[in-house]
Amino acid sequence: MSDSPAGPLKRTPLYALHKELGARLVPFAGYEMPVQYPTGILVEHAQTRTAAGLFDVSHMGQVRLTARAGHDKAGQDKPGGAAKALETIVPGDICGLQPGQQRYTQFTNDSGGILDDLMVTSTGDHLLLVLNAACKDADLAHIRKHLSATCEIEPMFSRGLLALQGPQASQALARLLPAAAALKFMTGAFFTLDGAHCYVTRSGYTGGDGYEISTPADATEAIARKLLAQPEVKPIGLGARDSLRLEAGLCLYGHDIDTTTTPVEAVLLWSIGKERRAQGGFPGAAVIQKQIAEGAPRKRVGILPEGKAIAREGAEIIATSGKESGKTVGKVTSGGFSPTLGRAIAMGYVDKAQSATGTKVELLVRGKSAPAEIVPMPFVKHAYYRG
Amino acid sequence: MADVKYTDEHEWIRIEGDVGTIGISQYAQEQLGDVVFVDVPQAGRTVAKGESVAVVESVKAASDIYAPAAGEVIEANAVLSETPGEVNTDPMGKGWFFRMKLANKADLDGLMDQAAYDAFVKGLG
Repeated sequence: MSDSPAGPLKRTPLYALHKELGARLVPFAGYEMPVQYPTGILVEHAQTRTAAGLFDVSHMGQVRLTARAGHDKAGQDKPGGAAKALETIVPGDICGLQPGQQRYTQFTNDSGGILDDLMVTSTGDHLLLVLNAACKDADLAHIRKHLSATCEIEPMFSRGLLALQGPQASQALARLLPAAAALKFMTGAFFTLDGAHCYVTRSGYTGGDGYEISTPADATEAIARKLLAQPEVKPIGLGARDSLRLEAGLCLYGHDIDTTTTPVEAVLLWSIGKERRAQGGFPGAAVIQKQIAEGAPRKRVGILPEGKAIAREGAEIIATSGKESGKTVGKVTSGGFSPTLGRAIAMGYVDKAQSATGTKVELLVRGKSAPAEIVPMPFVKHAYYRG
Repeated sequence: MADVKYTDEHEWIRIEGDVGTIGISQYAQEQLGDVVFVDVPQAGRTVAKGESVAVVESVKAASDIYAPAAGEVIEANAVLSETPGEVNTDPMGKGWFFRMKLANKADLDGLMDQAAYDAFVKGLG
């Protein structure tokens, strides 16, 4: 995800504001993005867990999908047609989305691997997609290839996207937009915010309560400044975004999930509805259905190292029990320091036989072996607002 | 006044007689960001010049610390196991990593003095 394509780095509508706030800007997915502000990642992480943090995620790809005339499903409104079309390339239950409802799903390939993960929201008239920054161009080409005949596909890559996250996000946003307080987790609606036409969802990537606010490019900075003027809110960089999502046990595309991992192996089966599991009709369905029936050969798990050393991405996982004892049975895909727990945490893939909670393993950290245990995720309890 | 020299890996060594105290520079701690763990070497360990002897972990990444000279580790900074953040708040003072007895002070000949190091950092942009 941090690979930067050749060419000059792009900037989000908040570039000038990041500079003004003293952010350390780094190349990320082809953009110049703030990794941290002068307070540092630990303070920013704590700020988001205890009050509220504002993240610039405008580098992510927003796409509007509208059914073409004649492709509306009989008896349904327009997103019905777009949902039906989208379901041919994702395993999630998109047709079942009520207006204002949001869902997490993946683009799969023919071998059941994951091309990208995304959020889909039905507005009642069309679908709004939010794609990972590093994948958005490839995703757009993929969507066009498969859905051009049935859908109008409108990339809105210049729009702003602000994530306001944390237990006080709701009270802070409510001062500018009282109606936002009533939104429940994984729902969204259009609002006028600071005079601009915005789409707000109650969602995020921290495991906590919060919102993502899609803004017209030219209104993004003014809205960000209004949010930062709230006493609960501080700016947060990508560094803390990563430590927050890892504590929440959420996957980072290109690390914890990619074209070689299936949604079953990644333990994302919850995002595939019952009907879709049974009926298939998405790329790689045969592989995924076989794994559902027979179990996947490996599984994404939480890993808690005993000591203080941090097992980072790529660290080998060695079995200490069973037939595989002494053998490498997997790899860490994300590892870091959890500021909330004050200790190292990790996630990775292990062979099925080693994946049970409580299994003792060893991690190879810079040539030294460190004891660790397979644990359930999330590491820090989710705190979503479900009303 | 103790003599402080720097490596191009942004370690400093304060030389008092045949004992050197090693840590990382202000620039290095700024680049690393919040330090959350320092793996310091055990007293008694013999190290070669350029050998990886310690690891400093920040929220972002792990970085090796290399011995700027050959010798024997005589003390590790125990404070860092509880308060690794001292590396950020006082990198040249309380955030030191370890002390070593220098086997050969000539090992230090190629290192930079304060003025040379300041110019080196400035050149990094």
